Amino acid sequence: MHHVVLERWSQGNSGFHRLDARAKLGAALVLLVLIATSRARLPQLGAIYFVLLAGAFAWARLPLRAALARSAVVLPFSLIFGAISWLAGDSSRAAALVIKSYISALAVLLLMSTTPMPQLLRGLESMGVPRFLLMVAQFMYRYLFVISEEAQHMRAAAAARGFTVRGASAGKVPFRPAAGVLAVLFARSYARAQDIHRAMVARGFEGTFGLLQKSRFRWQDGVFLAAAVVTPVAVRFALERIAK
Amino acid sequence: MHIPDGFLATRVWATLDVAAAPAAVYAARRAQRGFQEWQAPLLGVMGAFVFAAQMINFPVAAGTSSHLVGGALLTYTLGPAAATVVMTAILAMQALVFQDGGMLALGANIVNMAVLGVLAGWLPYRYWGSGRWRKAAIFLGGSLSVLASATLALAELLLSGVRMPGAVLGISMGVFAVSAVLEGAITLAVMSALEAMNPNFVRKPAQGPSYALGAVAAGAVLLAVVGVLFASTHPDGIWSLAQKIGLASQAKTLIHTPLESYEAAFLQSAWQRKAVAGLTGLALIFGACVLFGRLVTRNRST
Amino acid sequence: MTPLITVRDLRYQYDDGTLALRGVDFELFARETVALLGANGSGKTTFVLNLIGLLAGHGHIEVCGMQPGKDTLPGIRRKVGLVFQDSDTQLFMPTVLEDVAFGLLNAGIEPEAARARATEALAHTGMMDAAQKAPYHLSAGQKKRVAIAGILAMQPEILILDEPTTYLDPPGQASLIQLLRRLPQAKILVTHDTGFAQALAERACFFDQGTIVATGPVTEIVRRFAWDRAAVPAEACEEPRP
Repeated sequence: MHHVVLERWSQGNSGFHRLDARAKLGAALVLLVLIATSRARLPQLGAIYFVLLAGAFAWARLPLRAALARSAVVLPFSLIFGAISWLAGDSSRAAALVIKSYISALAVLLLMSTTPMPQLLRGLESMGVPRFLLMVAQFMYRYLFVISEEAQHMRAAAAARGFTVRGASAGKVPFRPAAGVLAVLFARSYARAQDIHRAMVARGFEGTFGLLQKSRFRWQDGVFLAAAVVTPVAVRFALERIAK
Repeated sequence: MHIPDGFLATRVWATLDVAAAPAAVYAARRAQRGFQEWQAPLLGVMGAFVFAAQMINFPVAAGTSSHLVGGALLTYTLGPAAATVVMTAILAMQALVFQDGGMLALGANIVNMAVLGVLAGWLPYRYWGSGRWRKAAIFLGGSLSVLASATLALAELLLSGVRMPGAVLGISMGVFAVSAVLEGAITLAVMSALEAMNPNFVRKPAQGPSYALGAVAAGAVLLAVVGVLFASTHPDGIWSLAQKIGLASQAKTLIHTPLESYEAAFLQSAWQRKAVAGLTGLALIFGACVLFGRLVTRNRST
Repeated sequence: MTPLITVRDLRYQYDDGTLALRGVDFELFARETVALLGANGSGKTTFVLNLIGLLAGHGHIEVCGMQPGKDTLPGIRRKVGLVFQDSDTQLFMPTVLEDVAFGLLNAGIEPEAARARATEALAHTGMMDAAQKAPYHLSAGQKKRVAIAGILAMQPEILILDEPTTYLDPPGQASLIQLLRRLPQAKILVTHDTGFAQALAERACFFDQGTIVATGPVTEIVRRFAWDRAAVPAEACEEPRP
């Protein structure tokens, strides 16, 4: 599964991995805004940003080709709209759609494959995102795979019982049983949530979550952030000057 | 329906990011009041449930299948505030982990699906969820939640200048309509199964009226924002769209009211006047909905 | 010697009226291991949940000198560590270390000290390398060890394990038996696994319909209630009656 790979990548120990989550998040946001708002010299800008990102992947010792492939999930959507724009005569917008969406996806992938989810959530909290929202996200992430697995098993069991040999619906779950599967999955998820709460209370939970590790913003993180902001801005500024 | 980065115009995604933030914070605060202290694990697990549920395919016809989106179902089981929180977390997770939807566009996706989509699903249930029309209300809620999200996404793309010739527009709307109907059907089927299992899983429609007004007001404001953005960036776009659909000529003949000047001012006037006009229009619609809802509920209680 | 746990005439009724516990008497002494045997629904798990106040019944309960009440529950829950059957429910934090430290942070211990004690508990159960891993990546046996580490970090006097061998393969079960033998705390094992009970427990209590109907050495109880699969006769393949 996709997020299993992402998790493995994020457990790496390169210098890039060890940067503070907030620094990486800030750098990613800056790059995203710069590419989203650019108009002139887009192909060149995209190419240079691509090189920067590829360099970061190398620094993080992550497989570049796999990363490029994963970011390509966004391409079907942008290629379709790009094709439509091209056929409507707007070829610059077509290129913009494809370039911008891909570079943005690559930047987000870099962030997520070098920052473990708990660290990212902690970083977001120190940046002011409401804790409740982050706690919900944390629990969701923790139980994503568990409940997905349950759903797979139930789907297989239901399909085996509603099995049609011929036709397009072969092996699929018919409508009513599918609704039943969802209802049972809901009930089990709800019961699981109650059990989790019980386990939490049994270990002294009183309503608030304690923080195990305070993330510290070191000078190295500051240097990285400064460089990661200045470089893409300078590149874009330079390109736009040349364009004029 | 998850808009990636690079599609929306700057003022669109930026405005929606700014709009989404307080909405999400408000929903988080409201959701915390509804349950005891176990809301965070409960909502988290329910979010995981929706993720997993989206993997269950419902056969439609001729080999195609659809799946639950889940906004309406969450609303009917957890309430609208919690549903917004869960959907927000889901959208963020999808954007970050699965690159399904952009990071800058997250605000837009949140407004479309977590806020207005949930609201669109909740309104029919709130006003018609008890009584004879319950099943219809659930079906309508499911359909509207998907339809509202999809239409808003389309509108945002259009006003960002993404080309969409009439044929593509037509096909898109057709696909949306089908998805909406399917979501309504799936939501209804799952709700029936849930109620048979344990009536307590499903919420009673008439919860606090104060939330109703606040939420609808907030929703109306958000709609006004999107609408005004639409109008301000592409006044000719909206007009040519209207012409294509054939409304333009009819509008000219129908609107012989104080709002006639609205039509003329629309294309040239300052941002503020458009905003006021938009808000007025929405206030009228909102007022009509509330009045209608009150009428319906009062008739039933007598 | 005063018992660590004393229970007299414990009764518990569910919301729908079913009597889950009908007057249970029980004692647990220091350093002893007791197995709770009995059919599903006989009240074993309900009993155990009552001990730490997750369910509130009627009757006398005393745990380490405290009776369950609003003020004493935090203290009781620190003295009694409950390991749930489903490790995925028990390990709810995103990383192993955070999960083990959960109880410590709730008890008000400073983050630095909590980290140290959590690491120590993980070392004690042989799971140090997993500290930064996400729980679902671990095997069932590893999850069980982490769950136990989370309890041990609180330095309890009593361990309660609810059906601990359920998801474990035979090597996992053997490994768990070895771990539990090393731990000096008094233990209550709720289990269907008679071999597991025999390997660890000195005595067993047999639950039937909400009361303890017999206590005694494990082998004796197992034999008396035919609680062993060996009790199924070899030629059981008769024609099913129409």
